[in-house]
Amino acid sequence: MASTRDRRIVVVGGSLGGLRVTEAIATGGWEGEIVVVSAETHAPYTRPPLSKTALVTGPDPDALAFKHGLEAGRAQWRFGARAVAADLAGRTVTLADGSTLGYDGLVAATGVRPRQLPAGVDRTGGATHVIRTVEDCRALHGALRSHPRVVVLGAGFIGCEVAATAAGLGCRVTVVALDEAPMLRPLGRAVGDAVRTRHEQEGVEFRLGSAVSSVRTEGRVHIVELDDGTSVAGDVVVQSVGSSPCVEWLADNGLDLTDGIETDNRMRAGSVPGVVAVGDVARFPNPLFDDVPRRVEHWQMPLDTARRAASTLLGDLAGADTDPAPFTPLPSFWSDQYELRLQSFGAPGLADRIDVLEGDLAEHAAVVGYFRDNRLVGALALGLPRRAVAVRRKLLASLSDPAPMCPSLT
Amino acid sequence: MKISVDMNVCQNYGQCVFAAPEVFDLDDAGGLVYQPTVGDTARGEVEAAAMACPVQAITIEG
Ligand SMILES: Cc1cc2nc3c(=O)[nH]c(=O)nc-3n(C[C@H](O)[C@H](O)[C@H](O)COP(=O)(O)OP(=O)(O)OC[C@H]3O[C@@H](n4cnc5c(N)ncnc54)[C@H](O)[C@@H]3O)c2cc1C
Ligand code: SF4
Repeated sequence: MASTRDRRIVVVGGSLGGLRVTEAIATGGWEGEIVVVSAETHAPYTRPPLSKTALVTGPDPDALAFKHGLEAGRAQWRFGARAVAADLAGRTVTLADGSTLGYDGLVAATGVRPRQLPAGVDRTGGATHVIRTVEDCRALHGALRSHPRVVVLGAGFIGCEVAATAAGLGCRVTVVALDEAPMLRPLGRAVGDAVRTRHEQEGVEFRLGSAVSSVRTEGRVHIVELDDGTSVAGDVVVQSVGSSPCVEWLADNGLDLTDGIETDNRMRAGSVPGVVAVGDVARFPNPLFDDVPRRVEHWQMPLDTARRAASTLLGDLAGADTDPAPFTPLPSFWSDQYELRLQSFGAPGLADRIDVLEGDLAEHAAVVGYFRDNRLVGALALGLPRRAVAVRRKLLASLSDPAPMCPSLT
Repeated sequence: MKISVDMNVCQNYGQCVFAAPEVFDLDDAGGLVYQPTVGDTARGEVEAAAMACPVQAITIEG
């Protein structure tokens, strides 16, 4: 066998997950080559500001770039390079330019892309906006400068943040969504309704419970037609209708690619050793909740899964069992809408019961508990940032308690 | 090891507090407070905190 120095790990995807896994591999004792294949042309940068502050000011890639860890610079970074295929049995990855890269270990860190309405529904010829990259943010920032009427399609986190930012810039904003409340699936009706009233105080209008049947352009105006027969006109249309995992390059290898790359609790994908996945694209079981593999599209997950995946991969390549303890990362995310901050911990989307544990949703200052089978599985601090640290601590304690009672978080 | 946080950039997200609770904390108003100098034993946690900051506000020296 070749010495470790002649061996190679290929990381596909060079954003948060790709960067953190590269650092963990480089500092974890790997002496071989590391090649990072990154479809974007920028050094890795932070996305959360793209729907918040950077959308107000216009994005500056240098200011958004990650300061820490590019010193994992022992890796070769190939920017603007896209993987189009992989042969897991033959251990090669094929890039868009036709070249192939052999590997000993492979990390999938390709994240997600915004889902788009089908071309038959979006008939604007690509005039609608999405928001995932610096380029998307720059385009939308430019479009918002003239205080246009904005129609946001989708009322998830990103849609709500874009609506809040645009309203703050003085735009007239309408949010159109199929769900009956903003952020309904992750946070539930009561919280969604409370957030909706906060938006309405800023003049944002909601058209909920209807599907978009078409978006077309008349002159310079876009008309969004809904399946209830009504329509909304806007100068700018933003699609934030969810995301699709970037997995096509892994097709035909026998992996389960329905909604991301399915992995085990060690972040291993499929049965051929030496392949792991991290970040938004990975669908893994978290024993903190149950044994169902799920994807988590939150900031914290690429960091946690990168550490886990690197240790698994280095162990598997060395034929050693490095990390047998179960991997139980706590999902967490925040969202800023106006001055209102939402901080969520755990898996509130799994709840069958939601209780306000503290404060008042109508005042936009509350701690909300999410229970499944009477067990606390998630918690939200809405407009109470100083409670977030304690709420998170209590949730962790409750999740690791085999017989939790936990009626309150205080 | 010296820690500095650019308070013009910090959004009080608290991700650093979750990573290194001995070094970073949120005060009663929800604002970030932290120890500017810490011993080397905290290095791992502080580096994790710097990595976890979504706006890259934390700088470590030494
Ligand atoms: C506008 C916005 C706001 C957000 N706000 C928050 C927030 O407030 N709080 C929070 O917790 N989270 C937030 N997030 C989520 C957070 O940014 C993501 O969880 C995180 O970026 C995921 O990192 P990742 O590396 O797994 O995936 P990504 O960041 O999606 O990176 C994947 C990379 O792989 C590249 N790639 C894809 N396919 C290929 C290929 N075939 N070959 C080579 N490269 C490829 C992509 O171009 C991309 O650069 C936000 C996200 C967005 C877009
Ligand atoms: S993680 Fe960054 S933004 Fe958040 S409180 Fe810490 S320094 Fe401030």
